[in-house]
Amino acid sequence: MATEDWIQDLPPHEYKYGFTTEIEAETAPPGLNEDIIRLISAKKNEPAFMLEWRLKAYHHWLTMQEPQWAKIHHPPIDYQAIVYYSAPKTERRPKSLAEVDPLLLATYRKLGIPLSEQEVLTGVAVDAVFDSVSVATTYKEHLAKLGIIFCAFSEAVQNHPELVQKHLGTVVPYSDNFFASLNSAVFSDGSFCYIPKGVRCPMELSTYFRINAPRIGQFERTLIVAEEGSYVSYLEGCTAPMRAEHQLHAAVVELIALDRAQIKYATVQNWYPGDSEGQGGIYNFVTKRGICAGVDSRISWTQVEVGSAITWKYPSVVLRGDNSIGEFYSVALTTHRQQADTGTKMIHIGRNTRSTIVSKGISAGYAQNTYRGLVHILRKATGCRNYTQCHSLLLGDRCGAHTFPSIAVHNASSQVEHEASTTKIGEDQIFYCRQRGLSAEDAVSLIVNGFCHEVFRELPMEFAVEAQKLLNVRLEGTVG
Amino acid sequence: MPDPILEIRDLHAATAGKEILRGLNLTVRAGEVQAIMGPNASGKSTLAYVLAGREGYEVTAGTVRYEGKDLLIMPPEERAREGLFLAFQYPIEIPGMTTLHFLKAALNTIRKHRGLEELDAIDFLALVKERAHLLDVDADFLNRPVNAGFSGGEKKRNEILQMAFLDPKLAILDETDSGLDIDALKIVARGVNVMRSQDRAMLLITHYQRLLNFVVPDYVHVLLNGRIVKSGGKELALTVEERGYGWLEEPHARISEEKTAP
Ligand SMILES: Nc1ncnc2c1ncn2[C@@H]1O[C@H](COP(=O)(O)OP(=O)(O)OP(=O)(O)O)[C@@H](O)[C@H]1O
Ligand SMILES: [Mg+2]
Repeated sequence: MATEDWIQDLPPHEYKYGFTTEIEAETAPPGLNEDIIRLISAKKNEPAFMLEWRLKAYHHWLTMQEPQWAKIHHPPIDYQAIVYYSAPKTERRPKSLAEVDPLLLATYRKLGIPLSEQEVLTGVAVDAVFDSVSVATTYKEHLAKLGIIFCAFSEAVQNHPELVQKHLGTVVPYSDNFFASLNSAVFSDGSFCYIPKGVRCPMELSTYFRINAPRIGQFERTLIVAEEGSYVSYLEGCTAPMRAEHQLHAAVVELIALDRAQIKYATVQNWYPGDSEGQGGIYNFVTKRGICAGVDSRISWTQVEVGSAITWKYPSVVLRGDNSIGEFYSVALTTHRQQADTGTKMIHIGRNTRSTIVSKGISAGYAQNTYRGLVHILRKATGCRNYTQCHSLLLGDRCGAHTFPSIAVHNASSQVEHEASTTKIGEDQIFYCRQRGLSAEDAVSLIVNGFCHEVFRELPMEFAVEAQKLLNVRLEGTVG
Repeated sequence: MPDPILEIRDLHAATAGKEILRGLNLTVRAGEVQAIMGPNASGKSTLAYVLAGREGYEVTAGTVRYEGKDLLIMPPEERAREGLFLAFQYPIEIPGMTTLHFLKAALNTIRKHRGLEELDAIDFLALVKERAHLLDVDADFLNRPVNAGFSGGEKKRNEILQMAFLDPKLAILDETDSGLDIDALKIVARGVNVMRSQDRAMLLITHYQRLLNFVVPDYVHVLLNGRIVKSGGKELALTVEERGYGWLEEPHARISEEKTAP
């Protein structure tokens, strides 16, 4: 292979999670209308307030347009061709893991997510969402002893409706944006997590999302409430089968941190990215936002985005409580024809609030990687600080990196600092490394891992190792 | 006489569709230091790149044997692991990777290849300090990204440090002496002299006699129009410095060049 092509002529994606599970499912006909929403709500046996909220969201959504401002391109999405509800067929909701369909357990084992408790050695409690519904939550009883609620969203609606009603939509209202409104109308499940006052959650909580059925849109919703002085660390992972058509994933995550509470939310996003020509893959259009509602509270988002045909997401923090802290650490890798438009918003409302943004974008092949960020410091938010660091790494010369940082500071006592760079790794760098004995693969992985170090160290140890491996797998074949 | 480390026979090589090396012959034995001089664009770096296996430099005829093996079929990293080291005329910057990380990865890859145990962080640091001291270079830059923001002289010193570190059998130094102040030149010369040994060979590509004041070569060659046109002892370097290269031009070589021109 000629050297100039060392990075462009990538072999097809190695995507080892691309298998499907043949499981009997109950699937709604494609298309969106009031009846479908009523069906979803009825299937879940929801109280009236939920159905009302969904319908309000739906009617609002009908008045909205898909956002056009992102630096992404895709053919129009036919929202009437999407299936909005599909669930593995079971007589009733499994009460314990022993009742979960063994085929589903096998699927998760294959994905490296053991769900049976004797297999769970890592001390991570997992909620697994398969297509539209949550199939298992491990360690539930153990957590319940501490007063921690960690369950499927639909279960929370049944068992803790007052908590759901109190918090749902308070961070991301149903009218927030096109995809969030769609989610609010049709979301079928997701995770719910409540940490009571003063409790430090003793293990990592984790949700694993899996899209299985064809043509299904996955619309999950996660809500995490951390009461005064509590702490929780939460991890989200996801995969999908390889399919020639695009599939839509429009999730919403809401985080609420009260006085002195801390929430760490980490994502390792590995949805199917499509093939090397850009056929298939997940459209990952996600709204994630947290509010530091109380004083001295802290929310940090860490994301490692390697999958999806298109990623459109801006995990943000509203810093309302005085002295609160918002953080965003991101690695976004795009190869082949992948597109990512991602970043964050830090909205400083409280005094002496601080935010840190560390964004690392890596592009290879023909991929386009955009950082889009907003730091907004309100007039009364005195004494605030933001530090933003935004670096791009280009592998080869047919890919692109773009940055759109916006900064709006409305008082004189606040300070913002912005640092940005773009680095190109080309044939010269790779040859230099090879001349010192390193293989091209090792060279790229060394460079990339060094580049991502500051973000990886924010992840819990074993996930940092996983993320690094995942990146290496996705970079395999990016060099000739 | 020891066996040759490098044997180049009738080497022809082209880049960007243009023939640069046109029948080059050269033999280098263990323990020898040989110098190659020649005017700009005569093909010195091309020779270095062909030996290191850089893509884009196509061998059209001839053979190169390295310790008796066919060098040209080996990928670049294999050549490096087998002990071929090139100090680049223009060392490449790798932002985002510290020199320390880079060297450790390179050294351990090469050690593994040689059946040696990989060094842990502590032993590695000790070795770095030892080599840096031996060459009288400051180890500060180890924490900086590879060559990024280095001055020209610092880059060249970094190349010498890497050479000392990776312990090659054949080191090719492409104008490592160019653009150096006198102190830096002494550091480079010292590096070469320290590394000079019975089981190592060195090929110094240079424009200047001045390096050869500090490093006495066994042979000096003049490369002109892709071929070695004159070989001799260290006095040849003095002659070249005095008289330039014009007197070495081969009339028939020029004619054949004109003939092939479009
Ligand atoms: N990648 C390339 N593409 C096009 N031409 C090249 C390339 N590499 C080398 N050449 C050409 O080959 C010829 C020899 O170049 P080379 O770099 O080997 O010369 P040199 O002897 O090292 O010169 P100098 O003393 O200036 O370093 C020059 O005419 C140069 O322009
Ligand atoms: Mg040269």
